[in-house]
Amino acid sequence: MDGISYSDKIPNNVNLSDDKALQRALEHWLPNYLKWWREMGPEDSQEFQVYLRTAISVDPSGWANFDYVKMPDYRWGIFLAPTAEGRSIQFGEHKGEPVWQEVPGEHRANLRRIIVTQGDTEPASVEQQRHLGLTCPSLYDLRNLFQVNVEEGRHLWAMVYLLHRYFGRDGREEAEAMLDRRSGDTDNPRILGAFNERTPDWLAFYMFTYFTDRDGKFQLSALAESGFDPLARTTKFMLTEEAHHMFVGESGVSRIIQRTCDVMKQLQTEDPIKIRSAGAIDLETLQRYLNFHYSVTIDLFGADQSSNAATFYSAGLKGRYEEAKRTDDHVLTEAAYRITDMANGQLVEREVPMLNSLNEVLRDDFIKDSIAGIGRWNKVIEKAGIPFRLTVPHKAFNRKIGTFANARVSPTGDLVSEAEWLASEKQWLPSDEDRAFVGSLMERVVEPGKFAGWIAPPAMGVNRQPLDFQYVRLN
Amino acid sequence: MNAPLPVDVIRQHLIDPEICIRCNTCEETCPVDAITHDSRNYVVKADVCNACLACISPCPTGAIDNWRNVVRSAAYRIEEQLTWDVLPSEAAGVAPDVLAERSPAPLTEAADESPVIATSNTVLGSGRPPASAARPQVNVFTHKSPIQAVVVGNFRVTDVAAGSDTHHIVLDFGSTPFPVLEGQSIGILTPGVDANCRAHYVRQYSIASPRDGERAGYNNLSITVKRVTVDHAGNPVRGVCSNYLCDLRKGDTVKVIGPFGNTFLMPNHRGSHLIMICTGTGSAPMRAMTERRRRQRAQFGDGRLLLFFGARTKAELPYFGPLTGLPKDFIDTNLAFSRAPNQPKRYVQDLLRERADDVATLLEDTNTHIYVCGLKGMEDGVMQALNDVTAKHGGAWEPLWQLFKAEGRFHVETY
Repeated sequence: MDGISYSDKIPNNVNLSDDKALQRALEHWLPNYLKWWREMGPEDSQEFQVYLRTAISVDPSGWANFDYVKMPDYRWGIFLAPTAEGRSIQFGEHKGEPVWQEVPGEHRANLRRIIVTQGDTEPASVEQQRHLGLTCPSLYDLRNLFQVNVEEGRHLWAMVYLLHRYFGRDGREEAEAMLDRRSGDTDNPRILGAFNERTPDWLAFYMFTYFTDRDGKFQLSALAESGFDPLARTTKFMLTEEAHHMFVGESGVSRIIQRTCDVMKQLQTEDPIKIRSAGAIDLETLQRYLNFHYSVTIDLFGADQSSNAATFYSAGLKGRYEEAKRTDDHVLTEAAYRITDMANGQLVEREVPMLNSLNEVLRDDFIKDSIAGIGRWNKVIEKAGIPFRLTVPHKAFNRKIGTFANARVSPTGDLVSEAEWLASEKQWLPSDEDRAFVGSLMERVVEPGKFAGWIAPPAMGVNRQPLDFQYVRLN
Repeated sequence: MNAPLPVDVIRQHLIDPEICIRCNTCEETCPVDAITHDSRNYVVKADVCNACLACISPCPTGAIDNWRNVVRSAAYRIEEQLTWDVLPSEAAGVAPDVLAERSPAPLTEAADESPVIATSNTVLGSGRPPASAARPQVNVFTHKSPIQAVVVGNFRVTDVAAGSDTHHIVLDFGSTPFPVLEGQSIGILTPGVDANCRAHYVRQYSIASPRDGERAGYNNLSITVKRVTVDHAGNPVRGVCSNYLCDLRKGDTVKVIGPFGNTFLMPNHRGSHLIMICTGTGSAPMRAMTERRRRQRAQFGDGRLLLFFGARTKAELPYFGPLTGLPKDFIDTNLAFSRAPNQPKRYVQDLLRERADDVATLLEDTNTHIYVCGLKGMEDGVMQALNDVTAKHGGAWEPLWQLFKAEGRFHVETY
């Protein structure tokens, strides 16, 4: 176990106290961060006592400590997964060489860009979700929202640590800038598109945590392979927290489906209007939300042909998901990959060099993982004896980035005219009416053990606590 | 209790496929690589899982925290678990009537096995530590980041003439803290690979020294290792880890993980009594606890120590010399030999019955804590003897046993 200085202002396992300059730099950043948190963090909830999980060390018994904490007092620590002795770079031109403990000069700009792009998503999602606490469906869900929020805050910390520790002055400037940008701000927006979208209701929140936090999982997994060891170890530890976020999404949507199916069986109906008037969300609306969040999220992986992605890989900065489990040469100069392309008004398959397609490779891994979870949602519907099944739309559907940007492609993968698109858009993507309906269901439920009518209770509580546990003390 | 539980019931660890989100956190966390997955499910290998609970709190869903009592030989195989959409019901594991019909296993004479995977039996014993136990640290060092220890001593502790070769091995951790409590165990990573070119399974050994070191104030600990030369069926076999350990020389280094165990721990309060029942190398945790009590004797007031210790012969009894040298008013030692020349076979349960009056008195005292460690086969005999002891004094063991369990005062670790 690495030495962990609990008593420090910033809990960490990176021997922060030995590096006075760095410590002072971070302590300077901390007040600004807390100011940002109070301004842009969860609204009207800074005084709540929340039953949160706090990492106090990186071993299994230490990183999941549960207790009541006020969010501004949450101990945002800096934790790196333990060093793997003798670790070497697993891919690219430096394959087989020892991993770097400092930033190589020639890769400095690219590494900084990677870290800033990842880091910027963390505060962005806190900003996107800041109003949700006002309409929570239960104390259990409220607590889960806040847990996600504080851990996103910690992930920002983790990236800021790397910027301060390894990138000097411009790293510090980038760290400041991450507190200045705002999600959805027209003048100074967050870097990536999906992180400027609104998260107006809890269905959007669950879909976001299911799909967009899963993008996080895949990006972090790719960075956990990095030849820059501090980045690899940081992201590895972040992955353990990311799992909780995806759980919130997967179980949240699953519980909504459960409730809808219960209502459908009770009323013996498949009519969305009747289901809606009974206060549940019809499966068709769920499918439209799914289409939206899925398509917006797969844009996050970037262009399908990318020389940057090739550079990041060859330089050993960012690997593929589960690089070690792949059996190719891990250099990829000869490898090919099949991608979907457009030619003569048709969607076609085409073989291209894999090295330039690594964004697409990661996107396809993400798609596979997403589909598996949707299969588990479908099991809930199947169990209720309802013939409906949720599906992912075609990967060319509703894209804003890459080959399919702004092409009109239906969820089933047919190219359609602008007129056809406009005629069907309301069946494919959530309409203003859909969002207004879901919004109308959102009301605050804060009595322990009670849940809003549009969502079923979870199978079990947090940390073996009962469902009627006081997960948040509202004071 | 009329019929003791059969000896081969295990508490099998399972993952609920309906709740699990397949995030891989458990597989990443598991210190002994007991968890695996396919594209459908995450599953636990019953023969590898040592119930260390390292995976429980990191699991974001709670799916990981599922347990079923099953007969060991009928434990759910991973091939079966990989096809599940839901967990089998609680009742599906072990039918109570099947258990009742099973005749208790005889106390085996194959007392020749060193502990391989010794796991606290939380069906028979408590699933919680004594109320006054110190808080243990577990999994400080894992498969992926083991600690290196230096061998500073390796002594034979059974008579050279004895048929078995048991070693007392002292490991030093230098300047890296390795915090342990009496009753905990460590894992040894044997170098090299097995016939299938896989790393050897981790072997677990109970710590035989108290928390402040084999030598008080030193960052070291001891383990008791019996050289395995025959398997359960009596066929010649060379135990990989036990031979590796017994052959170590002073100055050699060993990769260690752990510590493990958060229930089989000793009470810390004044006036607490210990009844310790063990066979062979099952004496290791008893030695640790006894030594703790000896060093801190004043702290424990008039708390009593009652030891029931079985081996085949006097020559095979580990630590026989030092044990008989302890003051009688400190520890009440009872030895049973099953193969002493020209004497009837005697087992620890015979000693318990002989000392029924003293044992029954202690059983009535809520300061009493019972520890059982040794071969799996001793469980039945011990349970039956405790049953007889309480019955003789007009009591009933079954409710008393439940009370001991509920209060974290009855602990069983067998292998």
